Amino acid sequence: MAKLPTPQELVASRPEFPSEAWLETKPVFAPGSYCYPAKVETMQALHMPNPHEWDPAAEDWNLPENWEKILCDAFEERLKKHRSLKLFMDICVRCGACADKCQFFLGTNDPKNMPVLRAELLRSLYRRDYTMLGKILGKKVGARSWDKDVVKELFYYAYQCTECRRCSLFCPYGIDTAEITAIVREMLHEVGLGLHWIMDPAKNCSYTGNHLGIKPHSYVEIVEMLADDCEDIVGVRPKTPFNEKGHEILFICPSGDVFADPGIYTFMGYLILFNELGLDYTLSTYASEGGNFGSFVSFNMAKKLNAKMYEEAERLGVKWILGGECGHMWRVINQYMDTYNGPTPKNMSVPVSPITGTVFENAASTKMVHISEFTADLIRHNKLNLDPSRNDDLICTWHDSCNPARGMGLLDEPRYVLKHVVNHFYEMPENTIREQTFCCGAGSGLNTEEIMELRMRSGMPRGNALRYVQQKYGVNRMCCVCAIDRATLPPLANYWAPGVTISGLTELVANALICKGEHKRTVNLRQEDLPHLDEEDEGE
Amino acid sequence: MLNALLIVVAITIVAWLGAAVGLGALFGVVLPYVAVLIFLGGIVWRMVYWAKSPVPFAIPTTGGQEKSLDFIKQAKLDCPDTKFGVIKRMFLEVFLFRSLFRNVNAEIKTDDPINGGPRLIYYSSKWLWLFALVFHYCFFIVFFRHFRFFMDPVPGCIAFVEMIDGILQIGAPRMYLTGLFLLFAVVFLLGRRLVNPRVRYISLMQDYVPLFLIMGIAISGLLMRYCFKTDITQVKAYIMGMVHFSPISADGIDPIFFVHVCLVCSLLIYFPFSKLTHMVGVFFSPTRNLPCNTRRVRHENPWNPPKDFLTYPEYEDLYREAMAGANLPLDKPLDAAKKSESGK
Repeated sequence: MAKLPTPQELVASRPEFPSEAWLETKPVFAPGSYCYPAKVETMQALHMPNPHEWDPAAEDWNLPENWEKILCDAFEERLKKHRSLKLFMDICVRCGACADKCQFFLGTNDPKNMPVLRAELLRSLYRRDYTMLGKILGKKVGARSWDKDVVKELFYYAYQCTECRRCSLFCPYGIDTAEITAIVREMLHEVGLGLHWIMDPAKNCSYTGNHLGIKPHSYVEIVEMLADDCEDIVGVRPKTPFNEKGHEILFICPSGDVFADPGIYTFMGYLILFNELGLDYTLSTYASEGGNFGSFVSFNMAKKLNAKMYEEAERLGVKWILGGECGHMWRVINQYMDTYNGPTPKNMSVPVSPITGTVFENAASTKMVHISEFTADLIRHNKLNLDPSRNDDLICTWHDSCNPARGMGLLDEPRYVLKHVVNHFYEMPENTIREQTFCCGAGSGLNTEEIMELRMRSGMPRGNALRYVQQKYGVNRMCCVCAIDRATLPPLANYWAPGVTISGLTELVANALICKGEHKRTVNLRQEDLPHLDEEDEGE
Repeated sequence: MLNALLIVVAITIVAWLGAAVGLGALFGVVLPYVAVLIFLGGIVWRMVYWAKSPVPFAIPTTGGQEKSLDFIKQAKLDCPDTKFGVIKRMFLEVFLFRSLFRNVNAEIKTDDPINGGPRLIYYSSKWLWLFALVFHYCFFIVFFRHFRFFMDPVPGCIAFVEMIDGILQIGAPRMYLTGLFLLFAVVFLLGRRLVNPRVRYISLMQDYVPLFLIMGIAISGLLMRYCFKTDITQVKAYIMGMVHFSPISADGIDPIFFVHVCLVCSLLIYFPFSKLTHMVGVFFSPTRNLPCNTRRVRHENPWNPPKDFLTYPEYEDLYREAMAGANLPLDKPLDAAKKSESGK
């Protein structure tokens, strides 16, 4: 990985707008500006069309011979399938309200990263084939024909968008760039263009049940190991039920939580919380992935990877599904799952919290509840014995992940939980949180090392806001409910606000949770000494 | 930009000359009928075109707190979960431009004292919202006022609007505020396109055409009313003839009237084939017009493909031995699976 410029250099190095009109400029595929292509075997294993060897930096991308027809047909098909696409192609007035709402634009100052121009890349092709003016006047009205450079350009900018939907909030017509980016990516996959960092997890998920390709026995082994750690820390070993039939609840979380620091602490939090509640639940090695990298490929791939959830819920005979902390997972569950793979199996029923009796009417059809909703309800009913002072070493802020914020509206549940498990909490500036939140800058499959500088650029708005609360209030922990965030925010914080660490919400819940039969807790889930230990000793 | 201006100037000149050489019937009779037909037909055609494609997924942008637990306060206007809530959200969007009202300007300060380095600062920026609102409302009221020429007797509501619009009682004929504000707002919107480097960069010819057209319409209208003092009774008689499909002679009406009519007709004809369809399109927008109740109510996709995925039995076949080794429960125990395999 190339050395990163300092934040000051990074900001200063954003170029001015080019003097040529945007139809005349072409992206430069410099190292660090693009992600590596998917392997041919991966594309084949997933039965993707036109798998082939190619290199984004090369002049020739080895597109299939009839690439233009494939792409035109793909576009036509999607216009017929999605009213949103037709509408978004037609009604944009180019008012520019979206321009400085995009973190990629703010970080790169590349005009084509303004959501409006990102959409114009496709709209210019639409004009040529679907509008009278475009047919007659061509370039004069911003219409253009397909050529190989256009394909490259679409690729370049479809992967400089995290589908965070911030622009759609500000657009007076609700034009959603996530929809356009998703469809452009779908079309590019038709000619065999995909990313390694996206297709590999999708393949893994398809065959092993999770993105990381953890096989069933290894999954069990890792979880057991985490349970051992929980025992060391709490003094009680949490149960680890796998693939068991006849339980009330199936719990599904992103596999990143099982595998990577700091997600594992969140996972330990789940285990400790459920054990304390005596929750009648099971994990599954088959449905061991909540996330869905298929949703970064195509609607059908998302459906395919998501299908395992209801399949497993039916096989295990559970009544409802509890979902862990993950961003895009919840975009899929909240807005797509029921449509993709519903209606739910007959054995499932409207979720009811077995501890509080609360009926989750808002999940009546999908029958899947977010852990923040579940935990907030527990706290509201005083079912958890909490000692927030155990988190007193932490001065927290809350990062609203893009998908739960703008694709679900999950804003106050996690805040409610957080405020009950920590004593120090400060919000970041108001234009960077809640529905206006900036994403981590590396969602939708862009959380790969090779584009680290780009990620730091797109993460600039988040990084700046974090730096602000760090300097002003001494914030040293940013919490979130997203596994991709837990992977992408540590380097971002390290760059923009060194010293701030990242964690999931349930990690902090478990830190504060006083469990039945626990021994004297001296360390938190990260095995760091708890605060106030010395004071207590003095008191004794 | 220049092209757009030239087009509008050309339309103006042609209309003027046409009327001057006695082609009034063409610009005053045939063109309006054709334009209205194209406008109405075109709008319907566009809506049918959109409606032909389904809405496969419910993708509302959740602009606030979802409805979940009863102690969590839902953002009912920005994250509505009922049809009535959606109507309220759409109402605010269409009548008050709520999303545009959110607009902020992001500017980077390279050396912020608090951050000790770069910091993005967000400034409230409501100018676009304000002028867009002024523009659209003035346009609407001006349009509405014009019904005095299309109806006989003039309904009371129009007279009332005229009274309010001319409340300052300046000049004779009395000055209407909306006409001036319309022109003012168009000039702002045009100026913004020219001055703001970002907006200028994204602007296309078809962004300038409607602005110049509307500017031309407003200017010709104002000239007609305040400078040339066109004979209103004659114009009204003429228009009523059109309304009753028995056009009368246009002799004696000032050519500026035909310029005005011709520009309006151009706008009507241009409308269905342009971005101006946002007027009806906004009602179709799936990020705004769907309730945020996607976990409570299932949204159906008419083209939902059949399921195709690695089923559990297939998964177990792949990993049975490893799963048995890890003491995971199996649907088909190892022995049975071996037996059935050897039996094949």
